[in-house]
Amino acid sequence: MHMADALLSPAVGGTFWAGTIGAIGFASKRLKERLDDRTIPLMGVLGAFIFASQMINFTIPGTGSSGHLGGGMILAVLLGPHAAFLVMASVLTVQALFFADGGLLALGCNIWNLGIYPCFVAFPLIYRPLAGDGRSARRILVASVASGIAGLQMGAFSVVLQTLLSGKTELPFGTFALMMQPIHLAIGVVEGLVTSGVINYVRAARPEILDSPASAMPLAAGVSLRNILAGFTVLAVVTGGALTWFASTRPDGLEWSIAKVTGKRELPGHERGAAASLKGLQEKTAILPDYGFKPSPIEPKAKKEESPPWPTVDAGTSASGLVGGVLVLGLALGIGWAIRAFRGYNRTGSP
Amino acid sequence: MSFDTAYSGIGRLDLLSYRDTVVHRLDPRAKVVATLLFVAVVVSFPKYEVLSLLPFFLFPILVGALGDVPAGFIAKKVVAVSPFAVFVGIFNPLFDPGVVGIAPGVSVSAGWVSFASILVKFALTISAALLLIATTSFPGICRGLRRLGFPALFVSQLLFLYRYTFVLMEETMRVARARDMRSFGNRGTGLRVFVRIVGTLFLRTVERAERIYGAMLARGFRGEVPSMRREALRPSDAFFVLAAGCFFAVCRFVPVPQMVGRLARRLAG
Repeated sequence: MHMADALLSPAVGGTFWAGTIGAIGFASKRLKERLDDRTIPLMGVLGAFIFASQMINFTIPGTGSSGHLGGGMILAVLLGPHAAFLVMASVLTVQALFFADGGLLALGCNIWNLGIYPCFVAFPLIYRPLAGDGRSARRILVASVASGIAGLQMGAFSVVLQTLLSGKTELPFGTFALMMQPIHLAIGVVEGLVTSGVINYVRAARPEILDSPASAMPLAAGVSLRNILAGFTVLAVVTGGALTWFASTRPDGLEWSIAKVTGKRELPGHERGAAASLKGLQEKTAILPDYGFKPSPIEPKAKKEESPPWPTVDAGTSASGLVGGVLVLGLALGIGWAIRAFRGYNRTGSP
Repeated sequence: MSFDTAYSGIGRLDLLSYRDTVVHRLDPRAKVVATLLFVAVVVSFPKYEVLSLLPFFLFPILVGALGDVPAGFIAKKVVAVSPFAVFVGIFNPLFDPGVVGIAPGVSVSAGWVSFASILVKFALTISAALLLIATTSFPGICRGLRRLGFPALFVSQLLFLYRYTFVLMEETMRVARARDMRSFGNRGTGLRVFVRIVGTLFLRTVERAERIYGAMLARGFRGEVPSMRREALRPSDAFFVLAAGCFFAVCRFVPVPQMVGRLARRLAG
């Protein structure tokens, strides 16, 4: 569920970059206060470990399709939230560069979606209280699955919000949420199962590894109350996910409110779908290039309200635009080809 | 994506980044800043914009050609990561029924135009990111980030991750290959085996980290990875950023394709 540059607006991308950089600074500072040097190579090598494990495919039970590991929760349990967040941020940075997963502007969103929610929300609020002192395999299983689901639900919902706020797509909120949330419910369950499996494996083989972050865990004494609270949190998140189901069948609420805000009651009849509301909003912010496009009479009036970025030109504009576009692209490709040909000639030509 | 192709893809990008060309010799900071600027400007175009985005292809094409990066390799990688953007964008033609004329006598639904805009933006931003790493060594980017003010702890984390990615991936590849050879179809590739593989790999990783830490202490490690590289920006770096910035600004605010098209028509009579 990597967010992509092409779907983002600069404002949304920049905001999440700012938030992410703030979180990186915060985590680095907190970590430095009580860090022994030993943790630095451990974090680095664990990052490489997560990166490599993400590339092993496994068969998802019952479906036959294959999935791969996210890793945020495993890291949070084994390293504590601050170190885990930095490791996740570094893994996603390397992925953005080497695999071009998403892109550079979207990297801020991706670190936010896949790092903040598991490390700073799901781990302290759900995993810790549910797992208690971490001595019971069953509690670890329950805690891992619950926090895995919660983390991915929040991440997926965040992708939906970022996409819609950017306004590059026409997908209605309900439809998009309905597509994203159930898929990530399944992924969250699998992620939780893998997390608990790995933690229990490590606990059986080398229990002392789990002790270092576990020493920072709350004592088991307060668990009963925390359990109840955590139960409510999980319930809230799950019902939140399920509620999008109902929300999507009645998307008119959002639509109606936006129509009210923008004051466009005269929307044409065929545009009354969920697309219309978002479109109204987008058109307020977007500059429709007036060359090349002749808005047909059935288009809403909003497009005309925006003052054109440059004076409207003659009727042949759209044609010259097309011709020019092809020419510019051809010119760019030609320059690239010429440089390559010249280099190749130099390499073979010179002794 | 199978393990082997993913691994060889990373290895190839990494090898490319250690070449010696005009682009490779630029300061990493200059390239990081120019690439971020490029992405921000491209993304800032409104959703129905396609034609004005075309001149921006000159930047990745120039960087790729001058940096001697194989174009087909980059194009393949761009296509390989496109599914999410295509999946989200393909709904535009469905939900945006307004009709626009794109040429005299030809009109399509507005959704197709915005979908095309998403695809063009996707190709531009992703190829720019890939070219950044193909022309700049990863340690170079890390040094650049450090000089740009990123926390030292995060930067050394990136450096460690990079350093051990190749070591751990070879180990992981051996394990994954062994599993695949012992499993038939989907048997043996399930969660149970996967969890044990990851668990074993984790334990090996921790032991490796302990050995690495010992070796680093013996070499005087005090919590930060030092660098002895030249850090001053040269005039050529400043010129590169300035020229790129001017080019982006011109293409952002001047309708270049329209002007070129009108000029061409006038020349043609």
